[in-house]
Amino acid sequence: MNDPIIEVRNIHKSFKTVQAVRGIDLHIGAGQFVALLGPNGAGKTTLVEMIEGIQQPDSGDIRILGKTWKGNEKYLRYLIGLSLQETYFIEKLTVWETMRLFASFFAIGKARCGEVLNLIALEDKRRAWVVNLSGGQRQRLALGIALLNNPKILLLDEPTTGLDPNARREIWSILLKLKEQSNTSLILTTHYMEEAEQLCDYIVIIDHGKILKEGTLSDLLGEIQDLPVKQALPRKITLDDLFISLTGRHLND
Amino acid sequence: MIERLSNSQLLQLILTNVKELTREPGVLFWGIIFPILMSLGLGVAFTKKKDVITNIAVTGQEKLMTESPDSTSAIMSFLMANNAVAEKDKKGVVTRKLTVPDDKLGNTSFIFHSLSWKDAMVMLKRGNINIILDEKNGVIQYHFDPMNPDAQLTYLKLSKLLNRTLPVDTVPTAEIIPLTVSGTRYIDFLIPGLIAMGVMMSCMWGVSYAIIERRSKKLLRRMVATPMKRSNFLIAMITVRLLMNFVEAGLLFLFAWLVFNITIQGSVSALIVLFISGNFAFAGIAIFISSHTAKTEVGNGLINAVSMPMMVLSGVFFSYHNFPEWSIPTIQKLPLSMMADGIRSIMIEGAGFAEVAVQGIFLSAIGIVFFIAGMRLFRWH
Repeated sequence: MNDPIIEVRNIHKSFKTVQAVRGIDLHIGAGQFVALLGPNGAGKTTLVEMIEGIQQPDSGDIRILGKTWKGNEKYLRYLIGLSLQETYFIEKLTVWETMRLFASFFAIGKARCGEVLNLIALEDKRRAWVVNLSGGQRQRLALGIALLNNPKILLLDEPTTGLDPNARREIWSILLKLKEQSNTSLILTTHYMEEAEQLCDYIVIIDHGKILKEGTLSDLLGEIQDLPVKQALPRKITLDDLFISLTGRHLND
Repeated sequence: MIERLSNSQLLQLILTNVKELTREPGVLFWGIIFPILMSLGLGVAFTKKKDVITNIAVTGQEKLMTESPDSTSAIMSFLMANNAVAEKDKKGVVTRKLTVPDDKLGNTSFIFHSLSWKDAMVMLKRGNINIILDEKNGVIQYHFDPMNPDAQLTYLKLSKLLNRTLPVDTVPTAEIIPLTVSGTRYIDFLIPGLIAMGVMMSCMWGVSYAIIERRSKKLLRRMVATPMKRSNFLIAMITVRLLMNFVEAGLLFLFAWLVFNITIQGSVSALIVLFISGNFAFAGIAIFISSHTAKTEVGNGLINAVSMPMMVLSGVFFSYHNFPEWSIPTIQKLPLSMMADGIRSIMIEGAGFAEVAVQGIFLSAIGIVFFIAGMRLFRWH
């Protein structure tokens, strides 16, 4: 790997009595799509929030393009795009007005807004109020806003949770197009194994604030070949089977 | 039977709602404890009031209010016949206090102030008094706004007392002289209060609630993940609110001018400066209130906790001189009282910069202090 875009070294984070992240290391290169896969409460969101700079680790070190958040926040904010699991944009702004608002934070003009609107396939909703969008359309808008600044790093926190299969595939399609056309690095948290399989070239399985396994999809599926679970299954092996063999639980539990 | 009951859908739903409510300390505090504290505070403050105090201006009687009057005027005869006690007010001026005992309705105390006509008008415009008593050629004149119910009540009580206490053959002729000139009517008192209250409510809901709602919906968190300057976010919100308040106040004034012939007697530029100071004060308070919570229910409670006492106490709808004497210095320092009093003195008393400088500086200082404190506590996510 070339110099990593994101380096996470032995970070820990606790909230009162809960140890959310317990000694995680992560190195993500340019253009790499990484999935943080784990059940709810695994520590994925906390890890992303620390990478995003809104939470401070109790210990450990996070560097983005070699820089820590301290003293470099203004610079780093220009490099990152973010989409949360749930963001309610201002309901009575139109799609276009919402994009123009967020574009203004990056000093980006109308042309880029138009490009992104085209990428997220919301041109026909340009004048629609946000309140009138479907869940999938809102999530596409959130993704579009995250892409406005051509981010070097895209952080997506469960971007398809709660969406129907069609809406989920539309999001995937946008992200696959991005993968082809740009050198953006993606960190995606999800508890949908298909999402990780479809989109990401590196998968990190997290539970109870620790990394259980990491590697490419084929590496991880390869590890399961020797496990007893393989013989018991008459169907294709999935990441969920690996997770069961590691924890005794399903990813969606 | 018990198991069946405990499995009941309705019971479980009720229990869920009870738990949801009781496990949210903010909602519990603002929903239950705060109203109790309010009723306790206001109850203690205002139910132990011994007398209903009504201030009355008496004009043309400057020499008669000395501690040893020597007069044959009907008003003074009435006061002496009722043993009205001579008392000095805070400024050392002698007043006459007449208390009418009533076990059932509570005592009523009339305090008679000897004033020049000009001073009496100022007191009337400020809402300190609602009736001016004058005596000309043996005729007692009651000057008040006939549309003001408080003034009507004072007139009825006072005229009844006067007729009852003086010997039948000495009861003077009385006449009502309606005060309907601009600046002395209830509407003149009300409009400045409504303008000030509009600014307060607009800032509380338009700034405070909007911030809390955006925080609760993670919009603030999303915005600060960009290079957006945080100060710009707040400046934009306060600026829009200020412009909106100008429009709202302007329309209210326009309406009052067209329908009630209300005018600005004093300095318009002083009014604008005071208006901006008031906006700044309430915007600062709004930022402070909304600095931490992400729960709209708690925000609701906080906004009501701040705005409701001021709405009641600050003399928007009626003069705060109806409250006990001891509470008035505190009430006068409330931001809403400061703003309403300042606007009132400019609009109906003809005040300029010098007269409202204290209010303007005080309101600006409140804005700065609360804004800084709010920013120190402010949570963006």
